[in-house]
Amino acid sequence: MEARKKIMIVDDDIDSLTQMKMQVERFGFDTITAESQKEGEKLLETEKPNLAIFDLMMENQDSGFILSFKIKKKYPDVPVIIATAVTAETGMIFGLDTEEERNWIKADQYLEKGIRPDQLQREINKLLKI
Amino acid sequence: MATLKVLVVDDEPGIRSGINRILQNFTVGYPFMDEDFDFSIIEAETGEKAIETIDNQQIDIVLLDNKLPGIHGIEVLEYINKKNYDAEVMMITSYASLDLAVKATNNGAFNFVPKPFTPQELKSAMENITKHLFLKRISRKMNEEGQQLRFQFLSVLSHELKSPVNAIEGYLQIMKDKQVGDNIGDYKMMIERSLERLKGMRTLISDLLDLTKIESGVKTRDFRPVDITEVFRIARDTIEPLANQRNVKIQPVQEEEIYINADRGEIEIIFNNLLSNAVKYNRDGGEVIVGLKKQNGKLEITVADTGIGMTEEEVSKLFGEFVRIKNMKTKNITGSGLGLSIVKKLVELYDGEIRVESQPDVGSKFTVTIPD
Repeated sequence: MEARKKIMIVDDDIDSLTQMKMQVERFGFDTITAESQKEGEKLLETEKPNLAIFDLMMENQDSGFILSFKIKKKYPDVPVIIATAVTAETGMIFGLDTEEERNWIKADQYLEKGIRPDQLQREINKLLKI
Repeated sequence: MATLKVLVVDDEPGIRSGINRILQNFTVGYPFMDEDFDFSIIEAETGEKAIETIDNQQIDIVLLDNKLPGIHGIEVLEYINKKNYDAEVMMITSYASLDLAVKATNNGAFNFVPKPFTPQELKSAMENITKHLFLKRISRKMNEEGQQLRFQFLSVLSHELKSPVNAIEGYLQIMKDKQVGDNIGDYKMMIERSLERLKGMRTLISDLLDLTKIESGVKTRDFRPVDITEVFRIARDTIEPLANQRNVKIQPVQEEEIYINADRGEIEIIFNNLLSNAVKYNRDGGEVIVGLKKQNGKLEITVADTGIGMTEEEVSKLFGEFVRIKNMKTKNITGSGLGLSIVKKLVELYDGEIRVESQPDVGSKFTVTIPD
């Protein structure tokens, strides 16, 4: 039997982390979690997940981008999802649609928080090619 | 010294060289400007050439004759307006065509100098147009910066409001789907967390209202002698339940009355914020030491705690909007991130100041001084 895949979740909002962990475990994955960018960086020293989900704004406004950059440098093949509550309504729009954005945002997918569990599962499966 | 580029459009070489000579060593300065301006002159003998020049480089001021061999000056003016170039236009025109000059100013020219003009007339016209250009640019810049700040505030605010909504919605969804079974007891943590997040939102909303009142200046401030010791006691009573939960002791203050002229509501907000921080960022079983005194016509409030303290870097960020010091020690502490920014704004309304001394794992001490 194939080993269960391991998903890393980093979020400083304890409720968001709890819920994300619950959902991802329900989908049949193992999870490792961290509650800050700094903790996340530390976790990466010893762990190699199959996929990572990072919150965007933690200690720094761009903590999620920093973590994506670091994980991609170490493990270029690990897919990364950035999940954030930063809204498009305020004009703070970014995605991965243009070449320029893909150049500096080292993530594979960008999701708004409040995403439905089935959508999340679909995105994870797509990135893990399940 | 900054240099403005002046394009002189006239088919008479004498006028062009005359303007060149007059403006050569001429500078414009006003007390409100950081630096004086001088002028570099570019000449064009036709309207067509003028348009070509304006398309190719940033021109600040255009001195424009109307009667030109090809297209007329007024058409050059229309072109500049249509393209929205950031240049001011001054018409140079003979008295015979005053009607036209008036028409040009209606069409967006800044003003006109009638031909023939004396060097002094040209110079004073240049002073006016330079002042106008400077003020226009500076006010545009200030507007843009203001909008930028507002935009940042709104995007952080929306993040701060959406996070609890998402958290609560997520828990409700889990409960609706009965993801951990039929026993309501198994959802206790989720219900408690939801209530906690709602409480946080309520605090954020009331802090936002405080901040809006302060910033709009709409709030009528009611100045009268305020008994500071009494306001402190009320704030302490409000915060006492939270302090008891953490076994934090708020030291009583001397009972002597201290009065200053102030808006009582504002002083309450200052105390509430300082005291609740001193309790929230304390250690269990810690202390809050408050000092109140008035000397040399100044009220001094000190609130010291025996809590987690801050590093120098953290202190330097402390008074910004939505700044919450995030580290392992603070991860379970809730707050809007607006409290100290509100306190600072209020204290500044009184021409007072707020200082902070802090040491990690020892505690922080906030000192507010307010002149009476």
